[in-house]
Amino acid sequence: MNALYLTLLLPLFGTMLFAVAGHRRSAGTINMFICVATFATSLWLAINVFNQGTLISDGKLFYIDGFNVYLILLNAFVGMTTSVFSGPYMAHEVEIGRVDDGRMRLYYSMYQGFLFTMLVALSTNNLGLLWVAVEGATLATVLLVSLYRTPESIEAGWKYFLICGVGIAQALFGTVLIYFAADKVLPGSDETLLWTVLNAHAMELEPTVLILAFVFLLVGYGTKVGLVPLHNWLPDAHSEGPTPMSAILSGLLLNVALYAIVRFKMIIDPALGTDLPGKIMMGFGLVTFATAGLLLHRQKDVKRMFSYSSIEHMGLMTFAFGIGGSLATFGGLLHMIVHSLTKSAIFVTVGHAAHVAKTQSIDKIRGLISTQPTVGWGLLLGTVAIAGFPPFGVFTSEFLLFSATMKSWPWLVITLLIGLAVAFAGLFRHVQPMVFGEAPPGQQPVEANMWPVIIHLVLILWLGISVPEVLARWIDQATIMIVGEGLL
Amino acid sequence: MQLISLPVSEQLILTLAALILFTSFLLLAQTRLVTLIHTFALQGGLLFLTTVLVAIASGRHHLLISAALTLGLKVFFIPWQLRLLVVRLDIRREVEVVGNASLIMIGAGALTLFSYYVALPIRELSLLSTRNTIAISLAVILIGMLMIITRRKAVTQVIGFMSMENGLMFAAVAATHGMPMVVELGVALDVLVAAILFGIFFFHIRSEFGSLDVDRLNRLNEVDR
Repeated sequence: MNALYLTLLLPLFGTMLFAVAGHRRSAGTINMFICVATFATSLWLAINVFNQGTLISDGKLFYIDGFNVYLILLNAFVGMTTSVFSGPYMAHEVEIGRVDDGRMRLYYSMYQGFLFTMLVALSTNNLGLLWVAVEGATLATVLLVSLYRTPESIEAGWKYFLICGVGIAQALFGTVLIYFAADKVLPGSDETLLWTVLNAHAMELEPTVLILAFVFLLVGYGTKVGLVPLHNWLPDAHSEGPTPMSAILSGLLLNVALYAIVRFKMIIDPALGTDLPGKIMMGFGLVTFATAGLLLHRQKDVKRMFSYSSIEHMGLMTFAFGIGGSLATFGGLLHMIVHSLTKSAIFVTVGHAAHVAKTQSIDKIRGLISTQPTVGWGLLLGTVAIAGFPPFGVFTSEFLLFSATMKSWPWLVITLLIGLAVAFAGLFRHVQPMVFGEAPPGQQPVEANMWPVIIHLVLILWLGISVPEVLARWIDQATIMIVGEGLL
Repeated sequence: MQLISLPVSEQLILTLAALILFTSFLLLAQTRLVTLIHTFALQGGLLFLTTVLVAIASGRHHLLISAALTLGLKVFFIPWQLRLLVVRLDIRREVEVVGNASLIMIGAGALTLFSYYVALPIRELSLLSTRNTIAISLAVILIGMLMIITRRKAVTQVIGFMSMENGLMFAAVAATHGMPMVVELGVALDVLVAAILFGIFFFHIRSEFGSLDVDRLNRLNEVDR
């Protein structure tokens, strides 16, 4: 358990440290070191879980099993690679005068604060605390979205705050309903809201209350996942905030919200004895997937475009967990990893591209590959990967998902394939001229650290060619926890 | 079962529930900002009374801490801070035009009915007081949402948001005798931080848009025209 406490304390320490010292020139480097240390401790935690199995803390407040530990590791990893990118990027923003000292303190403090709330949300055993942490993540990032203080960014921040706040309030009502149902089974106990306790008593809970609770939970956490029609805040928040934020919002926050939904589904499914929650999730997922693919075509801001791609992929994952069964769940879990890695790599590249072209407008970014080949290739390969081309990992997970769909809902595969083609067309009609078009005269390369992108792309390539035995076993363990049977 | 045959404490809780719902309607119809803030404080006060009552009646004394938090945050701190902001931003005299007020009130009535309809399956298995309190807290939440949708001023939207939070706390207190302490504390912390952030946002919106009218926040569109 020490590994977990360290993993949580390091970002908390970072939050406090940067609140006073975030404006120093060295803050970017220190931020990176803290993130590296967090990743190291989370790796230690993962090894502990691997050797000893499920861990539970003394007060039963934290609970680590195969399902959440791989997300903790993923969070810490993406947080780390993004921090490598964030230091020089933010230094550049300070140089061109977009942010001042106070906002740099805010930025670094909240970067760590966001990682802290995400890790608490993933590791906690208490479903109420899960809510508190997810809401805390909104609060930590809302001022970062409006960091540049332009009218657009303030509008985005306000929308993010209000829509997510209202949405997440529904999730709290759902949690209260769960507590209400559990209180009937275990009256007066202090442990009623613990996931482990609820999971053990799932069969005794009152189904009518649970299905009502699930609807509220899905709408609430679904707002954070970015499910259509609750997705409005997401493209705004991603496009107006600083780019490192877009990378971790897209790569981490959405996953954590989806994790919360799946955790609740694990309790509610056996109690209901029907697959109604799964069907609701499938419906939401499919609508999200299709709508986001279409909206991709009509974007003019490159970060907005890629955030619609995030919405699309979150829809696909929601759909996968909705289908249930070992194959779809395995695919969904794998998709969480590959999507996070690919999307954060893309946002890092887009950040550099926006610095090269000095704008985020798709129409004005041209000729990246001739001006700065690394950025051009990074964007091209990232887009190829996210569109689901072999040999990248997204192809593997999507292939698994489609096979699972073929088994249980064959007709839906056609919808999925059309959606995928539409999204692919939407991405490439914008990305192709950005990469290959004619560079405007006088466009200069910028100092770019492409290591995070290269590492992510290599990992995705590796996952596409062969999922390592260890990881496959690991995801299989998580699949067994979620649906009761494994794939391997 | 007749209301009169219930224990006195439950009768009181039901009365308070009705009053909280009533204040929600008041919030929805009120157009003057300062009065609106006072009405919000009144709703917080009713929530505080409910929490104290439940704490005494059920013997769960940790609820008294939660009651103290409600008193401090919802009755004093947030209304005081909102009032301060309204004075500093010099919008005390502003009267908000609510379009189609009567239609909105009918809508709120329909939402209340809908909440009872949703709570129907729960009603079968619980006591009279809890079945009512779940329905009423859901109605308060939905009316808070309606308020956010129909109003145009940032301050009013925040009050709608906080009144949703009141509905949630009421559900937690009245239907389940409060959440575990760690959750209560966490939620209170979130509300506190949210209130402070909202204050910061008022100044940002005001300085960039020249008014707290959220209608002016219209630069970002789903698709570009």
